[in-house]
Amino acid sequence: MSTAASTLSDKNRRSAMMAALMGLGMLGMGYAAVPLYEIFCRVTGYGGTTQRTDAATAATVQSTSRVMSIRFDSNVNSALPWTFKPENPVDRVSVGAKDMAIYLATNESTVPVVGTATFNVTPVQAGQYFHKVQCFCFTEQLLKPGETMRMPVLYYVDPAILEDPETRDIEEITLSYTFYRSKDGLAVDAAGGKI
Amino acid sequence: MTTITADGHLDDHAHDADHKPAFFQRWFMSTNHKDIGTLYLIFAIFAGIIGGAISGLMRLELAEPGIQYLQAWASMSNGTEASMDQAYHLWNVLITAHGLIMVFFMVMPAMIGGFGNWFVPLMIGAPDMAFPRMNNVSFWLLVPALLLLLGSSFVPGGTGNGAGTGWTVYAPLSTSGSAGPAVDMAILSLHLAGASSILGAVNFITTIFNMRAPGMTLHKMPLFVWSVLVTAFLLLLALPVLAAAITMLLTDRNFGTAFFDAAGGGDPVLYQHLFWFFGHPEVYIMILPGFGMVSHIVSTFSRKPIFGYLGMAYAMVAIGVVGFVVWAHHMFTTGMSVNVKMYFTAATMVIAVPTGIKIFSWIATMWGGSMTFKTPMMWALGFIFMFTVGGVTGVVLANGGIDDNLHDTYYVVAHFHYVLSLGAVFSIFAGFYYWFPKMSGRMYSELLGQLHFWIFFIGVNILFFPQHFLGQQGMPRRYPDYPDAYAYWNEISSIGYAVMLVGVVIFFVNIIYSMFAGRKAEGNYWGEGATTLEWTLSSPPPFHQFETLPQIK
Repeated sequence: MSTAASTLSDKNRRSAMMAALMGLGMLGMGYAAVPLYEIFCRVTGYGGTTQRTDAATAATVQSTSRVMSIRFDSNVNSALPWTFKPENPVDRVSVGAKDMAIYLATNESTVPVVGTATFNVTPVQAGQYFHKVQCFCFTEQLLKPGETMRMPVLYYVDPAILEDPETRDIEEITLSYTFYRSKDGLAVDAAGGKI
Repeated sequence: MTTITADGHLDDHAHDADHKPAFFQRWFMSTNHKDIGTLYLIFAIFAGIIGGAISGLMRLELAEPGIQYLQAWASMSNGTEASMDQAYHLWNVLITAHGLIMVFFMVMPAMIGGFGNWFVPLMIGAPDMAFPRMNNVSFWLLVPALLLLLGSSFVPGGTGNGAGTGWTVYAPLSTSGSAGPAVDMAILSLHLAGASSILGAVNFITTIFNMRAPGMTLHKMPLFVWSVLVTAFLLLLALPVLAAAITMLLTDRNFGTAFFDAAGGGDPVLYQHLFWFFGHPEVYIMILPGFGMVSHIVSTFSRKPIFGYLGMAYAMVAIGVVGFVVWAHHMFTTGMSVNVKMYFTAATMVIAVPTGIKIFSWIATMWGGSMTFKTPMMWALGFIFMFTVGGVTGVVLANGGIDDNLHDTYYVVAHFHYVLSLGAVFSIFAGFYYWFPKMSGRMYSELLGQLHFWIFFIGVNILFFPQHFLGQQGMPRRYPDYPDAYAYWNEISSIGYAVMLVGVVIFFVNIIYSMFAGRKAEGNYWGEGATTLEWTLSSPPPFHQFETLPQIK
């Protein structure tokens, strides 16, 4: 009896451990979802996530004869006292050609403010073909009181977009930015003023 | 094990299997699966009364267009005159509390904690659960969880008192949109309820894998045990993801992280993915034990073994597995590409296949059987009918294109109340009438049981069927007011609530009557159709069961 009972107790402990490990594993997966989700969006262009490319790779891309309209959209979160507008609302660009678009941002408040921009493109399927070589959105931006800054974005549309049956009919891509007051930027106060 | 044996001797020197400890020890320090099951059932009934009363308040407000009562109620809870915004916030608090209470504190405790605890050990021929003390911890974690949730309605939660986030607790409404401690309390309440369920799941898995009577292979296990086993795995795989998601909410709210805050590089849609990765399996957690119970009841009252036993068992496994890869059908309107929508539409529809296997197997079990229509059977038949209706509207909603139109309308409300309020709740009532005499030792009143069924059945159909029409006409969920065009069916719906309420009153009259004046129940009061091991014992079963270990041939 005693041996039989202790084997059952051991078996139970082992099963419970296995089950508990499964639970812990799923807890870990829950947290792992945060970086995985980011990687997933970046790799697949999911939800219109644009691609980031270095200048060397960008230099190898050939321009094509197909022209697309690239529209520029700008939004500012209400917590950020900035105005933020594209210099030109739309550019006509050859697929594969590099183009520089300029956004103008002005700090309308009397204190220095750090902002950070999120971005995506629509139609969302175009995300994986929309490459940015340089962008103000890669880093946080500090604007002194009343300062206006020209913010460039250097991009091109990958000619592979013309081969994908899901995207080859696209004639217009909208690149959208939303500027937020930076969460970390609140602590990093370059001008020394109280934000 | 030796220490447990020693404890047993400390307890008492009598060797009577039916000796019970004193009141406080028995109910507050319980390690007996039947007593803990009873505690869970009482808890679920108590929570069900609160959650049901809240839906009564909502149906009262919705009975006519315009705001009739909300502002007065909000003023009552404030102590001072409430603004219209606070009244609207109270509405959000009511829908949130109704959802969370019904899901976490009524259906789950009744199905898994209540019937699971009571009958899984009995059906597999085990003396108790594998970890009786952990079982006790599981139950007593639920009590502070419910208190935290109820308490949250008395502290500030943004616009007014209480957590007004919906049961889904979506960011950013639950983060930057709800200042004050109410949402923190609600999140902690979910943590505790989740921990309770995870411990329970570990306990069930261990019990079912290791403590079956000699000869009971997995393929001879009663279907209710199968259903609880699958449910336990779903709990174990889904709840930790919810725990992770709501912990991120908590740190986003209080410790400056930005998991779901775009300003810090996060994404609120990630929360929706995490929530529904839990949320979709959760709806199967709420219905699978009901599938198990209904199988037993249909078989008992048809006096036939269940049709296609293995198909039934593996259909539940299939529902559990596929249930993990369909979550984004709750998020069709978050801006998905056509391909992603196509996948989630197709995967969702695939679930109709194992579900169909179950429905047809129940019908095939009844086919040619010698059927009697006692109260539990009526509830089981009601379940099959209602669940099929809810399943059909589910297939409609599974279409990404149609969902664009019906998303967040009353059509969705009608759908999930047909599968849960009418599906899960009907199966709980079926199980309750089926096993109440086994648990209490006294028969319920058949007349009152039938009356309860018919009034409740008519009531809930009047209550929920018109909501399909409202949804198709475009009435959105989660609003306390609506244009006059929706007045007709809303009034009918509220009348349905009143009818259902009469049924619930009859239920309580029946319980009280049976407790005091019910006929004594024999061991197997359903006769030859009832074949599982709990029917080999007396009613109620002895405090410690299976004096001789059952052998399964």
